[in-house]
Amino acid sequence: MMILGTGLLTLIAVSAFIIVRTDDVTNQLLGLGFYGLLFALMFFVFQAPDVALSQITVGAIALPLMIMLAITRMKHREAVNRAGKKRS
Amino acid sequence: MTRKHRLLLFLIGAIGAGFVYCAGAGNMPPWTQYRGPYGDVIAGLAVFQRHATDTVNAITYDYRGFDTLGEEFMLFSAVTGVMLLLRPEKDEKDASAKEPRNPASFRDRAALSETVQVFTTAVFGLWVLFGIYIGTHGQLTPGGGFQGGVIIAAAPMLLYIAENTDAFRRIVSHPFVELLEGFGAAAYALIGLAALAVGVPFLTNILPLGTTGNVFSSGTIALISACVGIEVTAAFTLVIFEYLREILSREKNQED
Repeated sequence: MMILGTGLLTLIAVSAFIIVRTDDVTNQLLGLGFYGLLFALMFFVFQAPDVALSQITVGAIALPLMIMLAITRMKHREAVNRAGKKRS
Repeated sequence: MTRKHRLLLFLIGAIGAGFVYCAGAGNMPPWTQYRGPYGDVIAGLAVFQRHATDTVNAITYDYRGFDTLGEEFMLFSAVTGVMLLLRPEKDEKDASAKEPRNPASFRDRAALSETVQVFTTAVFGLWVLFGIYIGTHGQLTPGGGFQGGVIIAAAPMLLYIAENTDAFRRIVSHPFVELLEGFGAAAYALIGLAALAVGVPFLTNILPLGTTGNVFSSGTIALISACVGIEVTAAFTLVIFEYLREILSREKNQED
């Protein structure tokens, strides 16, 4: 149990570092989903299945999706601004 | 400030933080050892006092139900804020009024793989059922309203992935969803007020507790859990819908 827990915590720390060091936002988001799943696994190992359940859905699906949509929105705004500048 | 100075400053800070961290970590309880009386007391009492076999939900929806009410309204106000920020402006609103009559206008450009479509459509019903199961069995097994609600809210997203935005819009773009969100949040507060009306403190468990292990047991815990499930489902769906609508209306404006 202790080895599993320590291994998971180390894996979480490593993947967090990798996500921070990733340059491309889309790759970063995919990493974030994986990171959320790792977190859920950690909660399960530490005997908190309730939290693990919500972590799976929020951390691995809802959070990356919302950030993805927000980024898409920003990119659109940038594109619109650029098009507006060219025209004027 | 040169690079050398910055590095020196960082090193001083890092050594200091590391020292404080190690000093703090030295006093931590041993691995998987729980100290502190409250958890043990609650774990021993919850099943007898509240007839709920999942202690976590007995705590969140009963023992500290007032805190959870605050958390629920936090989600409620966050969603309201997102909806206010992303509300359609006047000309966009006119465009969105025409949308239902011409559903083909938002057909997504990229064709999806048939495998994804078939499997996601097949899994849709099971997904909703699983969400309802998790949401209604919170008092017995790990789960509860919040978890079940988020799982159900992911179902329209599945449909969005599998089909297209129109299918997603047909499910979500009703005032009904907004009503559901308000209903879920209000019902929680009303259950609390019902206790006041009977003459006991706010959010006291006033319903009959039933047989331990039954779905219809544990009094208000199951009821509040269901209300939270409704609220969370509607809230997450609304947020995703608002973001999508914003993106789509911009896309359409660019095409025009």
